[in-house]
Amino acid sequence: EDEDEANGLEAWERAYTEDRSWESLQEDESGLLRPIDTTAIHHAQYRRRLRATARIQKGLIRYLYIVVDLSKAASERDFRPSRMAVIAKQVELFIREFFDQNPLSHVGLVTTKDGVANCLTDLGGSPESHIKALMGKLECSGDASLQNALELVHSNLNQIPSYGHREVLILYSALSTCDPGDLMETIQKCKKSKIRCSVIGLAAEMFICKHLCQETGGTYSVALDESHFKELILEHSPPPPAIAEYATANLIKMGFPQRAAEGSVAICTCHEEAKTGGGYTCPRCKVRVCELPTECRVCGLTLISSPHLARSYHHLFPIVPFAEISPSQNDPNHSFPNTCFGCQQSLLSQGNKAELSVSCPKCKQQFCLDCDMYIHESLHNCPGCESFR
Amino acid sequence: MTTSAPSKNYADDVSLLVVTLDTNPFFWSSFPFHFSEFLSQVLAFLNSILLLGQLNQVVVIATGCNSCSYVYDSASDKNHASTNGTMPAIYSNLLHNLDEFVAKDQQLTTPHHKPGTIPSSLLSGALSMALCYIQRAFRSGPMHPQPRILCLQGSTDGPEQYVAIMNAIFSAQRSVVPVDSCFIGSNNSAFLQQASYITGGIYYRPPQMEGLFQYLSTVFATDLHSREFLRLPKSLGVDFRASCFCHKQTIDMGYVCSVCLSIFCEHHDKCSTCRL
Repeated sequence: EDEDEANGLEAWERAYTEDRSWESLQEDESGLLRPIDTTAIHHAQYRRRLRATARIQKGLIRYLYIVVDLSKAASERDFRPSRMAVIAKQVELFIREFFDQNPLSHVGLVTTKDGVANCLTDLGGSPESHIKALMGKLECSGDASLQNALELVHSNLNQIPSYGHREVLILYSALSTCDPGDLMETIQKCKKSKIRCSVIGLAAEMFICKHLCQETGGTYSVALDESHFKELILEHSPPPPAIAEYATANLIKMGFPQRAAEGSVAICTCHEEAKTGGGYTCPRCKVRVCELPTECRVCGLTLISSPHLARSYHHLFPIVPFAEISPSQNDPNHSFPNTCFGCQQSLLSQGNKAELSVSCPKCKQQFCLDCDMYIHESLHNCPGCESFR
Repeated sequence: MTTSAPSKNYADDVSLLVVTLDTNPFFWSSFPFHFSEFLSQVLAFLNSILLLGQLNQVVVIATGCNSCSYVYDSASDKNHASTNGTMPAIYSNLLHNLDEFVAKDQQLTTPHHKPGTIPSSLLSGALSMALCYIQRAFRSGPMHPQPRILCLQGSTDGPEQYVAIMNAIFSAQRSVVPVDSCFIGSNNSAFLQQASYITGGIYYRPPQMEGLFQYLSTVFATDLHSREFLRLPKSLGVDFRASCFCHKQTIDMGYVCSVCLSIFCEHHDKCSTCRL
């Protein structure tokens, strides 16, 4: 705030000098100002994202370490209120989204500051414990150490079963790294252990991060602002394309526990106290667990329920992208439905002109742009294909 | 000073109710209760929803065995057909559209089904259309009604629709849209039980069809905000166990392929689905 006072600018004045708010105004055909039509922009962005997903094998059982850089650079205030606050908030959103899309996967947190790396939480499947641990430790100091973080992650990921996909996501704010040895050797070690490392930088592009990602097959991106950072980090929640040799295909033994009867009393293994009602019974050793998915503490069996598996089915059976129909392609003779098949919204703008719409290549039904985005990003069913045999 | 309707803010108790109505002719022809009596009770219930609040909205989607379609939207402009004097406009509009839908549905090809079983209705299609409509309601601005879905279903679950229905359920859960189910068939529907459990809705099987209107208006008519003050039917044990792909039996311990997530009851060296 000191610099702003020195310039003599209030916050509202800064909006004109720095943010150039007049660039976001648009005119319609008659020259009148109108609010920004962001639908077309969002649609174009979403179509670019969609081109990337094809029917390829994806790594569904993921073991992901998130490395958070808590060096002095993370307390910079170019991201408002500070880089650390933005990172913490987005990591919380990311963890929730990650477990929503990958219920069979595990996440662990590692922080690096003062030249060393510490393991904040172990690989586990419960989002609340990770988020609570992260929110408690947000002090920034010292230098970040890329090599120490990678060494720590490497030794932890060596212990996981061979069918899991090993991944690291590094959120790097610093522009340097303070390492005890040769970082290139560590990168080669990670590459040999088949760990896929991705980096999201908050400052500027660095060669070492680019090299790390290229060697291990991950993605490197640098965030321009808070919303871009959110977009970049959420891109890592759907499962990445699987490199076939990286994880062996195995049949994993899993249990599908039934809900315990209401009113039954048992000692649960997660909290080690007596609980009534609710809870699930492990089918192998019959102990009580409180929530799913989890690993039974007594016999080690992975416990899940069928909806958890079903959450990943849309990665295995994706729906085809819809084809765009530009308004000029409609001739009056061709029957052009006036309403979107999904939401019954009119596909004609004012003046009975046709707007941009999309149609499913399989069932040939037409949809509006908003339904297109909703169907491909959240619903994963085409209403047209499901409504006809 | 009276406030006109537009200046009243949307309160918590304004509802958008999307109803999926099972019209599967194979089910209704073998069901002891007649479709016309069922429909008259449902129409009275829909009318009562509209009477509960001036801003309430009702949308009806018909679930046939070959197709699904919108048959009524209380907010649409096409609704002001004049009544012929014997029934209110809502009834005549809905019945007219429903007649057209059932006729068209029957003309489409008859599905192949095992003799002795009833083909299922396309619940996944109706749920997907309902969710698209609800997304449109969310886009209409900050003061939007509270949406929920009510499935009036009698046909048995179609196992081929499992993935699509689960996708719809998870999307409803993310958008915080409860899915209520009023199931009138003979055995409980596992899909609808899971839907109501996961999304926080109510699953209820009325014990007596003659009193259907009473069950509908006491259990399913309440808006979401007022539900916390009522004692509504609790969900009994929902079975979340999976079935193995080889024998289709429910198992409580099995083997899951790490690539394609197929479930087997015995260990194999190779997964038969993905051959990896």
